[in-house]
Amino acid sequence: MSTLLQAKGLIQQYRTAKTFLGKTSTMRAVDGIDLTVREGEILGIVGESGSGKSTLGRLLLGLEPPFAGEILYRGHPMPEPRTPAWRRLRAEMQLIFQDPLSALDRRLTVSAQIGEPLEIHGLAAAGSERDERVAELIAKVGLRQDQAGSYPHELSGGQRQRVVIARALASNPRFLVCDEPVSALDVSIQAQVVNLLRDLQDREGLTMVFISHDLKVVRNICDRVAVMYLGRIVEEASSDAIFSDPRHPYTRALVSSVPKIGAGLHGRIILQGEPPNPAARPSGCAFHPRCRFADADCAATIPELELHDGRLAACRKLRHTLRSAA
Amino acid sequence: MSFVSVRDLKVAFDGVQVLHGINLDVRRGEAVGLVGESGCGKSVTWLAALGLLPGKAKVSGSVTVDGQELIGASPRRIEAVRGAKIAMIFQDPSSALNPVHRVGRQICENLRLHRGLRGDAARTEAIRLMDIVGIPSANTRFDLYPHEFSGGQCQRVLIAMALAGAPDLLIADEPTTALDATIQAQILDLLSNLRRQTGMAMVFISHDLGAVSTVCDRAAVMYAGRIIEANDIKQLFAAPRHPYTRGLFDAIPDLDAGRARLSLIPGTVPDPKRLPQGCAFAPRCARAGDLCREYQPELKEQTSTGLTACFHPIPIGSANRQEVFA
Repeated sequence: MSTLLQAKGLIQQYRTAKTFLGKTSTMRAVDGIDLTVREGEILGIVGESGSGKSTLGRLLLGLEPPFAGEILYRGHPMPEPRTPAWRRLRAEMQLIFQDPLSALDRRLTVSAQIGEPLEIHGLAAAGSERDERVAELIAKVGLRQDQAGSYPHELSGGQRQRVVIARALASNPRFLVCDEPVSALDVSIQAQVVNLLRDLQDREGLTMVFISHDLKVVRNICDRVAVMYLGRIVEEASSDAIFSDPRHPYTRALVSSVPKIGAGLHGRIILQGEPPNPAARPSGCAFHPRCRFADADCAATIPELELHDGRLAACRKLRHTLRSAA
Repeated sequence: MSFVSVRDLKVAFDGVQVLHGINLDVRRGEAVGLVGESGCGKSVTWLAALGLLPGKAKVSGSVTVDGQELIGASPRRIEAVRGAKIAMIFQDPSSALNPVHRVGRQICENLRLHRGLRGDAARTEAIRLMDIVGIPSANTRFDLYPHEFSGGQCQRVLIAMALAGAPDLLIADEPTTALDATIQAQILDLLSNLRRQTGMAMVFISHDLGAVSTVCDRAAVMYAGRIIEANDIKQLFAAPRHPYTRGLFDAIPDLDAGRARLSLIPGTVPDPKRLPQGCAFAPRCARAGDLCREYQPELKEQTSTGLTACFHPIPIGSANRQEVFA
């Protein structure tokens, strides 16, 4: 598989609000990420709130320039935001959000919403050509043609998400970032939307980055998974490997925290404490205050994402166990 | 004898009936799960039972707690039961706390109302409760405001407030839905430990079947304002009899399974204003026959412990989906 998108040393930081004494500090949402997205794959990004998943998604799309590092799309650097080259790239890359109601314009009908990107990117002339294309998109995402004249509030949550997906597909994108696309939906509707995304990926060979905190959905849809903790990737592997044999202590706890039907609470790893505040990052490995295996070394140096036994993980302990085993 | 007994509970808003006669019992010390998708009436059942619905809601039927009838009772009598015998925690912990009062004061308020504790005695007891629910250094955090706590800790504070009245029954309405995976595991662990220590009963309302299966003894599945299946956890998950229950289980991706397509329930939940005649699930059900489209099946005993409201329940021992929906 060829590389579609490559991120190198990506850092994004934001200023926090002024305190009443006028002091500001910076917080790093994304803190040094190298990531490759291959053509035609679905890459999952998992992590808890505040781990920087959504910021990473926006950086990959070039919606905001990174503080440091660079992104290569098909081997070329991402153009500056709001330049003509950047606008042309918008048609090729699309974002699907979590909350379809706020992503849609309440005063526009379904067909107007779906037709808007066609107009913006000049892809179909107004009139019958556009109507045809909109009808085609409506069919593609499994909506009924008679719903074209409906407004968002007349649709159910799952149908709204289908409209959002149809709108994203209007410009024939090659790369989709889905940011928690099914989190707001009920179980039975969630399955419908997940299957729709899979079918679209199969049929059109789309490349997707699928951001979610729902591990079960990620397990089902993704080829490869990157696990984030406080702005860094702590483990990256194929979906099968991550879920059947997690290596990083955080990944292990995360995978074990998913309630299994019929298994009760036995054998689950219950982590102590909460994910730390990105504005007050712990020294060394950010996970060390919650880690069962951490020692003084872990608090001192930040572990790099490197190969341990053929697997990419950022944990000093993995290296030591392997050394002692060798 | 059961501690709470709900008989033929019906609720209508503006003439639209949303609960169609709920029968449910909770015995002392047991944990009962209530599952279903949004709008099925799982929360309304308990809000109606405790007199927490707005005045325009028309509630009929009977709810007895420890032998005392609540429906139609004076607000004073209901208040004596609520809080002292029954406490409730909600999905969004940060909006359930008062943002302008210190956390400790909010816990003390409950202690004063339900146990008449004041001053130092209340403070000592509040700190003890904060300790029990796992808030680190409770002593110093007593005087903090809710915004200084994370989501998981706010939920712990609410649990502490619920425990202040030493309730016999805790109603937890989606208590872990808004929380991150590892924090979710912590709260589930805390709830089942508390139940073991205090012997209180629990009603766990959730759409997360995995979470329900880890903390409950029994569960009832709701669809369109009715209980359609009830059984003990093991049997319910091993052999669901109602096609909706089965469909709901199948729609959840399995962490141990590969990337198979999700099986799904076609269509969406019906609008309470336009319920189909007969079984509300019939239009989405592959097993439905003429009888189902004509008459409403009653919740009847099907196995030794289980109740199912279906004319064509899934036979016990049909392992895979192909057999079921053939």
